[in-house]
Amino acid sequence: MIKHQVNNPEERMILVCCGTGCLANGSGAVYEELCRALEGNDRYQVKTFAKATGCNGLCEKGPLVKIMPDDITYCHVQAEDVSEIVEETLIKGELIKRLMYRDPATKQYYRSHHDTDFYKKQHKVALRNIGEIDPAQVQDYLERGGYQALEKAIKTMTPEEVIEEVLNAGLRGRGGGGFPTGLKWKACAATDKQPRYVICNGDEGDPGAFMDRSILEGDPHTVLEGLIICAYAIGASMGYIYVRDEYDLAVKNLTTAIKDARKCGYLGRNILGSSLSFDIEIVRGGGAFVCGEETALINSIQGNVGEPWDKYIFPTEKGLWEQPTVINNVETWANVPVIINAGSDKFASIGTEGSKGTKVFSLVGKVVNTGLVEVPMGTTLREIIFEIGGGIQKGRQFKAVQTGGPSGGCIPEKLLDLPVDFDTLSQAGSMMGSGGLIVMDDRTCMVEVARYYVNFLAGESCGKCVPCREGISLLLDILTRICEGKGKLEDLDLLESMSKTIQQAALCALGRTAPNPVLSTLQYFRDEYLEHINNHRCPAGVCKELTEFYIDPELCNGCGRCRRKCPADAVTGEKKKAHEIDLSKCITCGECINNCKFQAVKVK
Amino acid sequence: MAVNSQQAADRQAIEKIVNSYPPERRFTLAIMQDLQKHFNYLPKEALQMTAVHVKAPLSAVFSMATFYKAFSLVPKGRVILKVCDGTACHIKGSNVMIDEIYKTLGIKPGETTPDGEFSLETVNCLGACALAPVLVANEKVYAKITPAVLRDVIKKYQGVEQ
Ligand SMILES: Cc1cc2nc3c(=O)[nH]c(=O)nc-3n(C[C@H](O)[C@H](O)[C@H](O)COP(=O)(O)O)c2cc1C
Ligand code: SF4
Ligand code: SF4
Ligand code: SF4
Ligand code: FES
Ligand code: FES
Repeated sequence: MIKHQVNNPEERMILVCCGTGCLANGSGAVYEELCRALEGNDRYQVKTFAKATGCNGLCEKGPLVKIMPDDITYCHVQAEDVSEIVEETLIKGELIKRLMYRDPATKQYYRSHHDTDFYKKQHKVALRNIGEIDPAQVQDYLERGGYQALEKAIKTMTPEEVIEEVLNAGLRGRGGGGFPTGLKWKACAATDKQPRYVICNGDEGDPGAFMDRSILEGDPHTVLEGLIICAYAIGASMGYIYVRDEYDLAVKNLTTAIKDARKCGYLGRNILGSSLSFDIEIVRGGGAFVCGEETALINSIQGNVGEPWDKYIFPTEKGLWEQPTVINNVETWANVPVIINAGSDKFASIGTEGSKGTKVFSLVGKVVNTGLVEVPMGTTLREIIFEIGGGIQKGRQFKAVQTGGPSGGCIPEKLLDLPVDFDTLSQAGSMMGSGGLIVMDDRTCMVEVARYYVNFLAGESCGKCVPCREGISLLLDILTRICEGKGKLEDLDLLESMSKTIQQAALCALGRTAPNPVLSTLQYFRDEYLEHINNHRCPAGVCKELTEFYIDPELCNGCGRCRRKCPADAVTGEKKKAHEIDLSKCITCGECINNCKFQAVKVK
Repeated sequence: MAVNSQQAADRQAIEKIVNSYPPERRFTLAIMQDLQKHFNYLPKEALQMTAVHVKAPLSAVFSMATFYKAFSLVPKGRVILKVCDGTACHIKGSNVMIDEIYKTLGIKPGETTPDGEFSLETVNCLGACALAPVLVANEKVYAKITPAVLRDVIKKYQGVEQ
């Protein structure tokens, strides 16, 4: 096997993004075509290699191809473009304008993605290697300083010092709760029972988030290194990575990484000559949101139904097989090697008073630059959505941003300048959760959004306790009623009182936080509920029973776009004359309003 | 005859999967996942053999089969349509797509057409939110689908001979 460095000026590296988003856009074929084109080709001045990497975070522009060390980024690359890239850029050294990054707002072209607003304002810690390395090559990880933190910990620090370092860094769990990671480790180390276990929570049940997936796929060794460092600190003998079974690529890359780590002596007996013996196993999850909850996850690893148990005793004392167990989220683990390498002071210099370091967000929905972003804690929502994210798609109006996953909340425009950290989001009636940021515009119905989340949670409730099982379905009934135009004013009070009961009486956090989407939309978007109930109207044009579209003849210029897009042939009109919608044919799919560039389609 | 040899082959496949794991309770989920992948559902016999292998009551294995989303107790269609109904896809109209499938094929999420051709499932975020709304038809990903695209995809698979 040929070994080559990631950033060697004597060599050229072509990095093809093969994260899930780019693969779906055809990057697999781009990579294969490129490998074919490079094979046996001696026309290049320097040795040239192709590498398949994890997600670069800008899936919207994918498939992405980066040429290093020239620092050129090409977007939307298809297999057909490869020969041109080879001829023009690799051989002649010229840029291909049509493949360059173009800022959607300023229309400016960029040579490298590093110079764009999307990247400039980010700060990569957990995602530091993703997109830069081939996740299947341990060599790549090593060249970027991989496993140095482990060496440092084992050779120069006592277990207590490692725990102190993590504690001083102020690292808080990235899986949602925000519990101080160092405290958890300390509590586990303080027990007198052996064996002890560490677990990586890669269940990622949030139905609109993919940061953990991206880390597991794009940089599996960083998670392993975090786990091994913890094993050293707390004296654990075995680690488990619980990952969703659908995450094929993550499972594959993790499996390779574990094998390689064993070969290199980072896993197994007497790691790096120390007394630490530790190994890691992958457990594939069965796809149930509640299994992300730590006690349910432990049940699931043990081969049971994934039901949570009452946490009077924490898993740090009595966890997997009733033994002391540390369980942390994927992103939490990815931060650990950085803390040990750079030191807790350096790590804690980023972020806010109460939340140190960075957070990865999956920035999705009606935002221009959809993708994964990592920013220092304390960055405002406005910076994330409008500067990094480039604002709202199609020039529409921002309405809300949903954070915290199904049990989070919706934050309105007036709070956009909120600096994001664990505490500010909770105060705003939402939560950090695992880091989903779903941007909503005036075409998103807030009642329907609440119904969507409650419907999701109703399906995911494990059914063990009544307030959650029955309470959530009741919320769902009421919300469905409102969306169908059958709501009554009293329903709003009922929603509120029911929500309070569930919050207090449910057994686990799934149930206790389930009313959040309802309460936060009621708090900030009560008007929309009232429109549905009093005027039988869905202002966003989403709830079918309450929606009628019409074309404003003043604004319509007869371009015919909506007519061509309509799947029901409901739009009629002559070229350059105002068009009309035949309501008897219309299926309220919204294609016309989504596609009219002149805002001529309106909701009645 | 043909039926019997099919049964024997199935039985062999089950045995092979079940025996590839140590007889411990904690491997129940992994065994069931492999079985689901092989058969596209969990045949009753497979559940029985799993229970015997991991020394768990059949009821425990059965309750796992109904608890975890990944499992199905009935056979799935030849073409499995998975509409992503993660949040990003949802607010970009995945429900319109689900309605559209119901209109063309008469199936709702979790159902299979009577001729065994199509099954419809909804899944949570596929990790390709930039391409929302996303449809996966037999592992092939279709990005930014519209009702019109959806009809074409269905037509394409209807046309494909077995
Ligand atoms: C319903 C529910 C779902 C959860 N899902 C996840 C998840 O998908 N991933 C995760 O890391 N933590 C999840 N958690 C949080 C875990 O229970 C646990 O707090 C976390 O894994 C601890 O790791 P951390 O301290 O590093 O965040 C969930 C909690 C609840 C109540
Ligand atoms: S709150 Fe809901 S998910 Fe949690 S234990 Fe009770 S029924 Fe199960
Ligand atoms: S797309 Fe807009 S402007 Fe064009 S015909 Fe339709 S309504 Fe009129
Ligand atoms: S909502 Fe859909 S069906 Fe109705 S007119 Fe618009 S495009 Fe046609
Ligand atoms: S998968 Fe390529 S940028 Fe996300
Ligand atoms: S929500 Fe559909 S791919 Fe993420």
